[in-house]
Amino acid sequence: MDIYSRRILINRLGIGLSMIAMAFGLAALMWILWTLFSKGFAALSWDFFTQDTPAPGSEGGGLRNAIVGSSLIIGVTTLVSTPIGILAGIYLAEFGSTSKFAAATRFVTDIMLSAPSIVIGLFVYALMVATLGGFSGWAGSVALSLIAIPVVVRTTENMLRLVPSSLREAAFAIGAPRWRVSISITLRAVKAGVVTGVLLAIARVTGETAPLLFTALNNQFFSADMSQPMGNLPVVIFQFAMSPYDNWISLAWGGALLIALLVLSINIGARFMFRSKDKV
Amino acid sequence: MNEVDALVTEASSVESGYQMSVPAGGGQVDVHAAKIKVFKRQDWVFHKITLLFALIVLAGLFGILISLAIEAMPALRAFGFSFFSANVWSVPDDEFGARIAIYGTVVTSIIALLIAVPVSFGIALFLTETCPVWLRRPLGTAIELLAGVPSIIYGIWGLFIFAPLFAEYIQPPLQSTFGDLPIVGGLFSGPPIGVGILAAGIVLSLMVIPFIASVMRDVFETVPPVLKESAYGVGCTTWEVVWNIVLPYTRVGVIGGIMLGLGRALGETMAVTFVIGNANRITGSLFSPGNSIASVLANEFGEADPGLHFSSLFALGLVLFVITFVVLALSRWLIHRGTAKQGR
Repeated sequence: MDIYSRRILINRLGIGLSMIAMAFGLAALMWILWTLFSKGFAALSWDFFTQDTPAPGSEGGGLRNAIVGSSLIIGVTTLVSTPIGILAGIYLAEFGSTSKFAAATRFVTDIMLSAPSIVIGLFVYALMVATLGGFSGWAGSVALSLIAIPVVVRTTENMLRLVPSSLREAAFAIGAPRWRVSISITLRAVKAGVVTGVLLAIARVTGETAPLLFTALNNQFFSADMSQPMGNLPVVIFQFAMSPYDNWISLAWGGALLIALLVLSINIGARFMFRSKDKV
Repeated sequence: MNEVDALVTEASSVESGYQMSVPAGGGQVDVHAAKIKVFKRQDWVFHKITLLFALIVLAGLFGILISLAIEAMPALRAFGFSFFSANVWSVPDDEFGARIAIYGTVVTSIIALLIAVPVSFGIALFLTETCPVWLRRPLGTAIELLAGVPSIIYGIWGLFIFAPLFAEYIQPPLQSTFGDLPIVGGLFSGPPIGVGILAAGIVLSLMVIPFIASVMRDVFETVPPVLKESAYGVGCTTWEVVWNIVLPYTRVGVIGGIMLGLGRALGETMAVTFVIGNANRITGSLFSPGNSIASVLANEFGEADPGLHFSSLFALGLVLFVITFVVLALSRWLIHRGTAKQGR
């Protein structure tokens, strides 16, 4: 074989393999989604949303307590992590462009973005559960906040850095103080981007299971009391999927479908929103 | 009233007072000075508030390290340095060592990378070189969505769908092909039951592909078009351009992406816990069930009684955190170096 046909052959082989790799990635996504839909939809019913998690061995049941618990925990997480994340992001973008402290904070947030979430669960256990005497929804929210905050900080900072400095200078020139420029000018200019960051953070924590195992724990009964152990979707899915009861496993699939739909629609929605605003 | 005065009155009426040094009536100067003072005080408060929140973020990391170290102390004191190497994890005997869990964590992550790196490279190559432009965005988004799927979904899918198929269709052929060979044969021995270290590694690879692929795509896009065009100009094929031009140019960033995937794989909990089989032993076979640091924590922490078991679990957590911290720090440094080239 001459060198030309060998080069062409290698090229075709390489390109062909790369297409197979792409197909492999897409097929995995499709396979997982298809499984979720086919198994999960069978579990969805009126009872699924109105009944509480069943006791071992009993028939039927739903995930009402887990859905409410998850919503409460994630709601508190959002309320806690949004202001902290945005203010820390403002600091990094507006005040800390050169300081060592800001560089260290940036470094730490980048690490925390990918840090093992189960370790964060351990930390919050040592910090809150062991000292305050018991598992609670609050502890779950704190653990999830520690995961959500870095996402908000990094998107806020990156967005603020995109604001042209002429905009800031124009505001300074008419005599606006710095805090007003930050809040009313630059932050407003990147509102869509910051909201996207918050949405992505919510999507990220919605499916997090590991940090909730040792913090919010689980609760078989309906409870809206954040100072008590609280039922939540990820932990229920984990426990039910590992169980020997058919109706529990079916409920786990239903819960998994619910979470996946939520996370994927937030992800797609956030992208769409950011893109449509981006073009202006 | 002259023109300057009129301007000044107008300016103060819209409440802007910075740098207003125009000599005007005495009363007005005082008003501006007071205003500037108020603004300065507000700015100072604003600066300190944002600083405080940035400090909270930074304190979180040190808090994690310190609290893990404190809780891990009793175990580290009881077992000493042998904690990291002891091949034992027995709750009844109160004997604990990290080797089994570290082995499981490292081996599953290596398997994951062996699969994920070539696949991610293929995906990044396809997205940056051969893919039609109109398809790039949707396909790129699809891969990023794969990153958004929560790990518990991978876990439940791996346990109920993947593991049974794996035991039926993939493990027997692997065993009949490699099982009789010397050295590697041992890796594929034992009953094909699906769940185990190999299955966990494969599910993990699916989880880290999107992370590695996105980083690779991003650094591939930083290659100056001139460089690629001149290679095409002298007659290189697409493969040669990618292999000889793009990859060497982006080497640092690509390694950073791989390290990011490694960091993710090491700390992944739910996907692994479902499919690794949760057995505290090292057999040397990839088919046998094992345990990773994260899966031991997920399974045992809830039932652990305060004491050595409890403390040993914290020590495992500390080991995991330190390993991932080093890997992720390295990855961040490399990715930064890799993408910084863009400006040059």
